[in-house]
Amino acid sequence: MKNESRKQWLSYLSTADENYLISLWDNLNMKIEYNWLREPEIGSVMVQGKAGVTGDNFNVGEVTITRCSLSLDKKIQGHGYVQGRNKYKSKIAALCDALMQTEKKEIIKRNIIDKLIKYKNNKRNEILSKTEATKVDFFTLVRGEDK
Amino acid sequence: MYVSVKGGEKAINNAHSWLSEIRRGDVNIAELNIKQISEQLTLSVDRVMSEGSLYDKDLSALAIKQSRGDLIEAIFLMRAYRTTLPRIGSSKPIETGKMLCLRRISATFKDIPGKQKLGPTFDYTHRLLDFKLLADGEYEKAKIEKYDDKEIPHVLSFLNKEGLIQKEIPSGKTSKDITRNPINFPLTRSERLQSLSRGDEGFLLGLAYSTQRGYARNHAFVGELRTGYVEVQFEIPELGIEINIADVMFTECESVNQFKGSKKIPAQFTRGYGLVFGQLERKAISMALVDRSMRWKEFGEEYLGVAAQDEEFVISHCDNIQATGFLEHIKLPHYVDFQAELDLVRKIREEYKKNEQRT
Repeated sequence: MKNESRKQWLSYLSTADENYLISLWDNLNMKIEYNWLREPEIGSVMVQGKAGVTGDNFNVGEVTITRCSLSLDKKIQGHGYVQGRNKYKSKIAALCDALMQTEKKEIIKRNIIDKLIKYKNNKRNEILSKTEATKVDFFTLVRGEDK
Repeated sequence: MYVSVKGGEKAINNAHSWLSEIRRGDVNIAELNIKQISEQLTLSVDRVMSEGSLYDKDLSALAIKQSRGDLIEAIFLMRAYRTTLPRIGSSKPIETGKMLCLRRISATFKDIPGKQKLGPTFDYTHRLLDFKLLADGEYEKAKIEKYDDKEIPHVLSFLNKEGLIQKEIPSGKTSKDITRNPINFPLTRSERLQSLSRGDEGFLLGLAYSTQRGYARNHAFVGELRTGYVEVQFEIPELGIEINIADVMFTECESVNQFKGSKKIPAQFTRGYGLVFGQLERKAISMALVDRSMRWKEFGEEYLGVAAQDEEFVISHCDNIQATGFLEHIKLPHYVDFQAELDLVRKIREEYKKNEQRT
């Protein structure tokens, strides 16, 4: 398993719209046996900015995060770090992370991760196309003396 | 002096019941739900997240509902909740150059790579009440256009290339998190920026305005203003993998200020910086102006003795929760305090009378 792809699926799981992720998971109707390594807990991550874009780091404020960890068997662990305060979302993320390391990988990828990617891309496209429509096209009025 | 006094319990309970009822308002009118607040009063929600120093829209909407729309009370609720959260860690510094912009403008350069994009702004509206909103549900849909999905570079980076503007270079100084450590003056710029970012919008606006009117020579241009979503990167401790743990909306303002030079530095432009949660551009601009005015020492400028240059004054008073806590506590019983003052004044008056009779 490459870290790069795990980084990708963990990112999409974390920032997923919670209702959308929950509906995708519930539709799969999977019964998975697992043991808690860490039950879901709500906490925060301090977000850092940079003074003047390139200067010193500084703390801007915190964002709510829920995390949990579980294991399917002794070898496979899943971690669910997600934005917000939804413990079920965190558990789903941890289960997906774990299952992505098993032979169920394709099911999770096709039915969840790929859909989250598409969802996020759509949102991004929507914003970009609306922002583009508010682009200013400057023009200069022709002045009389140039004739 | 505080002496505990019993009593008032029933009065307090009944006051809370009435508060609950009056918060609900007329029961013939549909109750507000949290999603309505977070979707339709977004800028209130943003302000409560920014000054509450916690990015969570649902909690912010709940706080606004609970506080009957009193935003400082809502910010208080957010701050109180925030203190209960275990800190999982700290993110990597965000990269605002990669922002998914809803808005991006510059008041200093007309033609810029990435162009000027107005986004959903109140600017250019006529500030006339729109009576159409009194009627039901009509709204215009946003227009869309084809776009290039390219990164939008920061405007001031162009001035940087010519050496016309002061560079922002990491100082290497370590900064404390002001929410975890008591602050000691003088502060680092990072500590000041953290305070300003969660500071009161009204207070910062007033101070920024004072710099524009001449209290600190500090004529500012908005070099760039951008609002949009930024990916927050965080390293998962168990895995050592950095993931995009949250998508957070920020408004960032870089101000450009004329600077005639000093013993330390030749004439060039200098910068102020504002970065806040949400779409709060009035606050981001105010923050940039106040940040700049407090940098006088760094640039070897003259101290003019004005409020906006005085970091101890600004930082000690910009937090509206500290301010309102101290201000509002004086309405709580001070009977014994006041009794002592009363006795003192009576005694002085008696002595005054005695002296008058003698002469």
